[in-house]
Amino acid sequence: MRPPENATGDDSAAAAPALTVDARDVSLTFHTRDGEVEALSNVTLQISDGDFVSFIGPSGCGKTTLLRIIADLQRPTAGTILINGVTPEQARLGRHYGYIFQAPALYPWRTIERNVALPLEIMGFDAQERRKRVERYLKLVNLSGFERKFPWQLSGGMQQRASIARALSFDPELLLMDEPFGALDEIVRDHLNEQLLRLWDQTGKTVVFVTHSIPEAVFLSSKIVVMSPRPGRIIDIIPCDFPRDRTLEIRETPEFIKIAQRVRSGLRSGHSYDE
Amino acid sequence: MTSNTLFLPRAASLPTWMTERSPVLAIVAILIVLWYLAAILMNAPLVRDAFERNETKYTASELIAGTLDAERPIVPAPHQVVMQLFDSVFDYPPDSPRSLVYHSWVTLSATLVGFAIGAVFGILLAVTIVHVRTLEKSLLPWVICSQMVPILAIAPIVIVVLGAIGIRGLLPKSIISAYLCFFPVTIGMVKGLSSPDPIQLDLMRTWSANKLQVFWKLRWPSSIPFLFTSLKVSATISLVGAIVGELPTGAQAGIGARLLTGSYYGQTVQIWAALFAAAIMAASLVALIGFVGRWTERRMGAPT
Repeated sequence: MRPPENATGDDSAAAAPALTVDARDVSLTFHTRDGEVEALSNVTLQISDGDFVSFIGPSGCGKTTLLRIIADLQRPTAGTILINGVTPEQARLGRHYGYIFQAPALYPWRTIERNVALPLEIMGFDAQERRKRVERYLKLVNLSGFERKFPWQLSGGMQQRASIARALSFDPELLLMDEPFGALDEIVRDHLNEQLLRLWDQTGKTVVFVTHSIPEAVFLSSKIVVMSPRPGRIIDIIPCDFPRDRTLEIRETPEFIKIAQRVRSGLRSGHSYDE
Repeated sequence: MTSNTLFLPRAASLPTWMTERSPVLAIVAILIVLWYLAAILMNAPLVRDAFERNETKYTASELIAGTLDAERPIVPAPHQVVMQLFDSVFDYPPDSPRSLVYHSWVTLSATLVGFAIGAVFGILLAVTIVHVRTLEKSLLPWVICSQMVPILAIAPIVIVVLGAIGIRGLLPKSIISAYLCFFPVTIGMVKGLSSPDPIQLDLMRTWSANKLQVFWKLRWPSSIPFLFTSLKVSATISLVGAIVGELPTGAQAGIGARLLTGSYYGQTVQIWAALFAAAIMAASLVALIGFVGRWTERRMGAPT
């Protein structure tokens, strides 16, 4: 189903480690009634296989837009972008990625297990395989025992976990997460962050994660992309080399604070407050 | 388990079924009183004239008694209507043309067929409009126009045209009924089928679901509450359509026929009884749809 990595013969990518996302000079301009809005300007970014990359920036910096371009929910107006060596559209049709939105967006008339099974139904998995996978991924997000509940019977955090199980159910290599924990309180958020890290460590998936929380970005990422608004552009890419099995305690270490400071100063330089 | 004090205040007051229904009962009582008053006031001149024609003396209580017992009153009293309803339902075999059951069934069968045609057509039209967005601008004005033409003007045309090609009886009435009742279904379902959240639609896109899957797994289930709401409206309208469809046929059978013959011969009690039969049928249809709707929504996980 999936073409081999870098099958396009892109010479610069051939020598480097496998690239999951390869964006070059990507720009997107919206034509609105009030004129043109430059949502993204000349974004060049490489995300390697197995990376955990966070996009951080104030609202309006185009981080969600960039994620939507990777997902082929939006088309760039200029530049090229390849996902696993193919166009975003081919990647979407090949079901290369799972997308997790800010809201769980579970279908309210489906039980939790049938929600998780929904992408599998659409992709034509047989009933037995669906059952097996639903069980496995609900267990992975600690929701065993809630199979027959309807979404409204679960808390917000549990619903978001169900939506993560749903995105994982068809085992995509790439997870795109758009502020998935933004609506949750800090305690739940910390807990889910730890779970997400463990999941990333266990499955070796590539994660692209949009957030506007500095500690969240530093804690989770192997690479932090700092963005600024008007026009949306990348102002810094910060490597973040904590061990993959890090725990919440690293937030007290000097290294953590140093990276957080670099992110903060990047955000400050890119953001003009006089507007 | 819980302490008895919790139950004390309730035990001291009225039983729950009475406290829950008391507003409903109060309204019904007020309406019946108003109806009696209206019957007395409206029929009084009639009764007085009759007394004076016969040159008999009459007291006020005789006058009032007369207004509530007139053979051809302007406004029949509630008990007259109830008795007429009762007599015409139970005094004749259900296949007799004098039985209200017979006439009700004639109308109800046309209503049900018309309702089915209208609902299916309305849903199909909504599906088309939602999937071909240009049609919303080009088709919807015609749909709205179709409802602005008075049905009383269209009904005879439909009956005559269909009669000319040999279609008589139930079907022309059903078509008039369907013509009226598809509209709320179309409007409701266009809204219902467009009701999914943008995120829910985006999710379908990320799974590269095809249009059929998006329809059956997202749009259709999202529209179910809208469907039942619009079906309730359209059920009552389809009954009106079937009754109107009975008027130009020369009033052979049905609620419409009862209304027409009632007005020919000044049988106001018969008209009112027929109206009540129609109201009872409409209320039953709405209640039935409401019940099926609640059952469906419970099965679809709606909080009870």
